[in-house]
Amino acid sequence: MRAFISSLALILSALPALAFEIEENVQFPAANQTAELRVISTADADLFAPFITAFQALNPGIAVDYYVVSSSEIMVALQDEGERFDLAISSAMDLQIKLANDGLALPYRSGATGSLPEWAIWRDRVFAFTQEPATMVLSRADFADIDLPRTRQELITALRDHPERFRERIGTYDVRESGLGYLFATQDGRTSETFWRLAQVMGGLQTQLYRGSSDMIEDVASGRIAVAYNVLGSYAQVREDLHDRIHIIAPEDFTTVMMRTVLIPANAEAPEAAGRFIDHLIETAWTEGGGRFAFPGITPARLSENASLRPIQLGPGLLVYLDRLKRRQFIEEWEAAMVQPG
Amino acid sequence: MWPFHAPGSIRLRLTLQLLTGAAVMALVLFLIVYSFARQIGAESQDRILSASATSILDATTVQSGNISVDIPYSAFTMLDNSVDDRVFYRITQDGEGLTGYDDLPSARQDQGTGPAFDTVTYRGEELRIATLTRRVSVGGTPTRIDVTVGQTRDAQADVLARILRMTVLLGFGFFAASALLAILAGRSTAASLSRLAESVSRRGPQDLRPVVAEVPSEMRPLVASLNSLIARLSAALTRTEDFIAEAAHRVRTPLATVRAHGENTLRRVSKEENRVSLREMIRAIDESSRAAGQLLDHAMVSLRADQLELSPVALRPLVADLVDRLRPVAELKDMDLRFEASEEQEVMGDTILIQNAVRNLLDNAIKYAPPETPIDVALTRDEATATLTIRDQGIGFPATGADALTGRFARGENATGVIGSGLGLTIADEVARAHGGTLTIANTEGGPGACVRLSLPLR
Amino acid sequence: MRFLLVEDNQQLAAAVLDRLALDGHVVDHAGDLGMAEDYISATDYDLILLDIMLPDGDGRDFLNAQRARGKDTPVIVLTARSEVSDRVGALDMGADDYIPKPFDFAELEARCRAVLRRRTGTATNVKRFGNVAFNALEGTLTNGDRVIPLRNRELRLLEVFFGAPGQIIPKPKLVDRLFSYDEDVSENAIEVYVGRLRKKLEGSDVSIVTVRGLGYRLAVP
Repeated sequence: MRAFISSLALILSALPALAFEIEENVQFPAANQTAELRVISTADADLFAPFITAFQALNPGIAVDYYVVSSSEIMVALQDEGERFDLAISSAMDLQIKLANDGLALPYRSGATGSLPEWAIWRDRVFAFTQEPATMVLSRADFADIDLPRTRQELITALRDHPERFRERIGTYDVRESGLGYLFATQDGRTSETFWRLAQVMGGLQTQLYRGSSDMIEDVASGRIAVAYNVLGSYAQVREDLHDRIHIIAPEDFTTVMMRTVLIPANAEAPEAAGRFIDHLIETAWTEGGGRFAFPGITPARLSENASLRPIQLGPGLLVYLDRLKRRQFIEEWEAAMVQPG
Repeated sequence: MWPFHAPGSIRLRLTLQLLTGAAVMALVLFLIVYSFARQIGAESQDRILSASATSILDATTVQSGNISVDIPYSAFTMLDNSVDDRVFYRITQDGEGLTGYDDLPSARQDQGTGPAFDTVTYRGEELRIATLTRRVSVGGTPTRIDVTVGQTRDAQADVLARILRMTVLLGFGFFAASALLAILAGRSTAASLSRLAESVSRRGPQDLRPVVAEVPSEMRPLVASLNSLIARLSAALTRTEDFIAEAAHRVRTPLATVRAHGENTLRRVSKEENRVSLREMIRAIDESSRAAGQLLDHAMVSLRADQLELSPVALRPLVADLVDRLRPVAELKDMDLRFEASEEQEVMGDTILIQNAVRNLLDNAIKYAPPETPIDVALTRDEATATLTIRDQGIGFPATGADALTGRFARGENATGVIGSGLGLTIADEVARAHGGTLTIANTEGGPGACVRLSLPLR
Repeated sequence: MRFLLVEDNQQLAAAVLDRLALDGHVVDHAGDLGMAEDYISATDYDLILLDIMLPDGDGRDFLNAQRARGKDTPVIVLTARSEVSDRVGALDMGADDYIPKPFDFAELEARCRAVLRRRTGTATNVKRFGNVAFNALEGTLTNGDRVIPLRNRELRLLEVFFGAPGQIIPKPKLVDRLFSYDEDVSENAIEVYVGRLRKKLEGSDVSIVTVRGLGYRLAVP
């Protein structure tokens, strides 16, 4: 039976045309395979690979089929298409909450999940395993003669003072395309009016819109742009090869902190293996301090260390910005500010 | 937990009734507290849902002829709770979905505008929903906005489960405490009953004073009627005893007079036929007075044996005393009354009854044995019994079953010519039985005479 | 001997008085406790015969009061009551003995003798005839320095003889004194006891002489 399901899964996964848009698909095969975990994730495969190989070392026989997609595509795959996945890993906390809220996630309890503090778990379905700040990545070259902005206000000042230097050389998420970008932007907007002024300034300077943090970091490093706003600090940290060309700034007025979360979709076929994967994620994030892999783990100490850190709360509040009308209004406002005719 | 009681036990019945009462009260308490908690839980959830929907309605505006809803962040965060209940919402304009979950039902069944609440099943889960309505004017056209906010009831269920546990504990605690009290109440009621029973049963049969045990007021009528019964019984007993004493007196005094005169007359007359008649008369008087005495004794013995008043009785002085008292009578026949007792022997018994029995046995021995023969009285003991042996050298008992002699009015057929009513052995036998002892009569082996043994259990 | 009889039944009292007088005793009769008190205050008695049920009280209370006052005159209680029902035995109240009614005079005498022997000692009431002394209380004959014990019937027989020494005593009278009424004895049975007494009187100057056809008499040469 198990063999039949596995082969069926293989056939299904081999189907060429999937309705959602896949950025990357990496197979982590296992000798004497007993189960296959289909993982849909927003995390870049090369960043996530160490987790998976460590997991496989502890749990031999579990193959992992890893799909990298954008956060909104997870919604498409799981909510609209009803695709079968065993794990959904996403940086878009709001979408993960929505999946769980709408009944598209399975509950899971274990010793590891029991050890999580309440703010890192939602409904026994959504589990946080990283804390990743939204940062500003600045080009060292372009800020060599300017005081490094430490806050959004200072960034606004810098941009205003040097419009020519930064015109078309600012990058940020296209909130229409990126779930994480939308999350960061809505949280920014909710937290401070400064965001909208910054958006106005950025819009006035024909800001480049991106779908992912990696591209922005590389573009800053290459000098194509000078400022990347709301970039995942974790992605920037791991690119040590670029550190001589970029500054990674966590805004001191407030730093939005995203928690990467994992859940088991409702139609998972290997929920048991998925649960073990979650345990592995949690244990790694908590006991290893997160420093070993690409993602900073969760420690309450990190939050109390820095008063400006604003972790995004896992909870129904995240559903607000997913509201059709709310989203439309927000995007209208955002577009009005950010997408200005040059 | 507690010892088995007969089904008729007041203590058990009272305890069971109280326990049942306690169980019912615990159950009622449980139901009241639980439903109250449930109601409060539901009300508080309704209030939050209502507040959430209100905050959404407050953020609903008409902008350039269009309905605009800017759901406040707090509208949903206020619904956040420890168990992370799922949240659903729907906003409709004149029934048409504006935003939210289009398939979410509305709690509104009427056309009113006040908050409406309902519990529905949505996406496989029980959902508490609140619907608030506001009428707005869009370009002069009245339009109706319904905001429905729903939330699963896990937190409430969680709280309810905790309250349930608490309430169950409370109920059980209540029950346990009540049960304890019930058992104590049962015990104390039973205790006052058994105190009464004890105070009645502890007293001796001759103790006919009224019962003065401390009892609850409910039991006072019982005690009163018991005391009245005791008083009547006491009066009846006294009357009976007085009657017996009076009867003895009435019978014996004239007999004594007649006998004394007869004896005096006998001393004075010398004509042989007159002397014979007088002798016959005196013998008849003796026989009837002895019969009357023994009948009355027997009546008294029966009365006392029925309600034996036990006290320690030292046999040696008792027998020695009787032997001394009867020695003058024995000496009249030149009989030697010899008494031997090795050691002190105490039995539990009624002194007067035992005296009576021994006196009757000694009387018999003196009466039936020939003159100038010895009578040996010996008191011996083995492990558990004291035995009084009276051995004479008289005619002995007839061969036809010595046992029959202890029956009332039985008399040895070879005892004709000796005055005796035959009740003596009967009395002694009854006394022995009443004390759990035995009376055996036999002829002395290898010799003339009778051997009577009265055995009583040692104390 | 001086006796006080306390007895309310006049007929019985008369019979007892008659009998005791016949035996040579001096007897006063009190019909109730009040009279008894009067007699006692005036006279010292050797023995009191006390009935229990008296018109003005219980004989036992009287006895108790006497004992409490330090009067230790011997008392024999006459009772018509059942012994079993007598809760407070007469003996416990200080009586020396008791005898149930109706009583045999022989038994009464025996009890009186026993009580007196116990209470008043042996020196009194010794009767002499010839060279023989007869102590009825002790039950002995003394011939010089020889003391001869007597059995009960021998004693009673001698009492009759010493009551009327030298006189002829008919056999039936002796039978009456010696045997109880429930004993069927012939007059010849007396001869056995007379024979025994003669043996005990041997060596003295007192003898029992047979008066053929009439009886016996105690004689000295």
